[in-house]
Amino acid sequence: MSLSVFFQHCLTGISLGGAYALIAIGYTMVYGILRLINFAHGDIFMVAGYFMIFATATFGWLAGIPIMLICTVVLGVVIERAAYKPIRTAPRMSVMISAIGVSYLLQNLTTYLFTALPRPYPEIPVLKRIFQIGSVSASLVTFLTPVLTVALVILLVYITNHTKIGMAMRAVSRDFETSRLMGIRINQVISITFVIGSFLAGVGSLLYFTDRMSVTPFSGTLPGLKCFVAAVIGGIGSVPGAVVGGFVIGICETFLIALGYSTFSDAFTFILLIIMLLFRPTGLFGEKMIDKV
Amino acid sequence: MNMKKTTKYICTLIAAAAFILLLVFLESNKNTYGMAVTVLQKGFILAVVAVSMNLLNGFTGLFSLGQAGFMALGAYTYAIFTIPLESRASVYYISGMNPVLAGIELPMLAALLAGGLVAALFAAVIGFPVLRLKSDYLAIATLGFSEIIRALIASPQMDTITNGSYGLKSIPAASIYVVIGLCVISIGIMALLINSSYGRAFKAIREDEIAAEAMGINLLKHKELAFVISSFFAGIGGGLLAMFMRSIDSSTFKIALTYDILLIVVIGGMGSITGSVLSALLVTASKEWWLRFFDEPLTIGGVSIPLFRNGFRMVIFSVLLMVVVLFYRRGIMGTNEFSWEGFFGLIRSVPQRIGSLFRRKEGASND
Repeated sequence: MSLSVFFQHCLTGISLGGAYALIAIGYTMVYGILRLINFAHGDIFMVAGYFMIFATATFGWLAGIPIMLICTVVLGVVIERAAYKPIRTAPRMSVMISAIGVSYLLQNLTTYLFTALPRPYPEIPVLKRIFQIGSVSASLVTFLTPVLTVALVILLVYITNHTKIGMAMRAVSRDFETSRLMGIRINQVISITFVIGSFLAGVGSLLYFTDRMSVTPFSGTLPGLKCFVAAVIGGIGSVPGAVVGGFVIGICETFLIALGYSTFSDAFTFILLIIMLLFRPTGLFGEKMIDKV
Repeated sequence: MNMKKTTKYICTLIAAAAFILLLVFLESNKNTYGMAVTVLQKGFILAVVAVSMNLLNGFTGLFSLGQAGFMALGAYTYAIFTIPLESRASVYYISGMNPVLAGIELPMLAALLAGGLVAALFAAVIGFPVLRLKSDYLAIATLGFSEIIRALIASPQMDTITNGSYGLKSIPAASIYVVIGLCVISIGIMALLINSSYGRAFKAIREDEIAAEAMGINLLKHKELAFVISSFFAGIGGGLLAMFMRSIDSSTFKIALTYDILLIVVIGGMGSITGSVLSALLVTASKEWWLRFFDEPLTIGGVSIPLFRNGFRMVIFSVLLMVVVLFYRRGIMGTNEFSWEGFFGLIRSVPQRIGSLFRRKEGASND
């Protein structure tokens, strides 16, 4: 592998990792607050792809992007209100089954509405422009993804650490009941978590599908699971951890494919997960959790 | 209401005899009742897997989502050892069969057992690390494991064993009696296990791990046992599915299969064997047969209803799952089991229930 090929793969890997990181943040934030693996998150990401297709077809891509983001955010909040809120006090297994049910519903609904055939993702000419640096060439979206990811994460870290709502989120993730007693509006905090998570999933879907060019009802499942793994590797509940996890998985996957092991690239992610859970179950940046009787 | 033991035995015998007669009747009129025969077989096979999943999720409280992976192991083992020697060349037409396996052909039952054992072996190996994990991590780890199995099966490096992504064909089938008989035996063994002292230990773990440990139950040992046994029967279920479908490939065992089985378990009731069996039959029948009309264009009085087209059935199913999860969390049976007392009590209470329905309406109009 020559140096320029190596850099080329690095760039692709970082770009893929950036999109993964944005989705992983949604998992990590929801898990941090509700202790729930939001199995539907990957499907929200997929539906965002469909939103973009239809928004662009009607309004053009410039207006399409904000419309897609708004629709995705609404979808995320509606799912939380309809499927997770009524059973918040139920055993965790029921909530998880509800999340799986939502994922199942979104997949079947999109299959019904748009058929299972891949739909072409709208091409955004600006993002597709090819740039050349030395012998490495890539489209703008490849360069833009990591930059955008890092910028959004810095913004998010600022929000969680320096604003009132961020403080409320941290309090709720530390202790649900006590923060309610302290006068924090739990429902509002949870809704905002879902707003942020879905917004980032929308941005992630824009970056991811621009590279992949087509959307199917099942194109959210595997990225969704991988991003959850990324969140676990980074330490669930930690935003910077999710980003690091996303980049690790994106880069590893790209290199495995480049080396010719593409069938194992999906399996590798899960092997990484099992190894991580064995040796450091709290992830790279996670806090140690103590079980109380 | 108490019933004499002999009465219950007689009821069970009558029901079993009626069921066998029904099978014989359906089988001899296969051409007219082909759909019923298919649904019964597939329903019973899924019931085996659903009960095996219930053993883990409903009775031991371990949320595992690896069922499809273990089914794949069982199905492939069964298929590899039973494809007739003379048709192997045409099945493995791409890269030929591994010479070690090429000469081995096992009888059906032995191959099925081997499938279960392979699944159990894999479960035992991954159980030790994975079962230390807490509920949601366990779900993701087992889900990941089943994806790893699927990737391995489809990988080109396994071409000479699993035929890679081309799948396996001409798997010998068995008669409906054998398939359903094996299903009933498997479910029976799991039911006996759940009613044994091991089963009570599983339930104790489900209710409270720490209390169970304080009572002297070896947590890891019992979890491992539940996991291995559940995987064994998932493997058997996979083998039966291969027997029934006659051709398999790795995309049969996607995550969606696990979700389908989870749907059956949830609708039947987490922690009820008869609930799982009942719901497996109901879900399969409605999915493959009764609700087919949702997928076909429907015209009422010359007006075609636009909603009815391909895929609508699955939307209805997902909505149904959500309704059950959100409003009827106990499913059909909750944690209860079928009993003749309950059955006759239900029948006897039907007129009363209808009556109370009317009475409630009257009461409402008086207000």
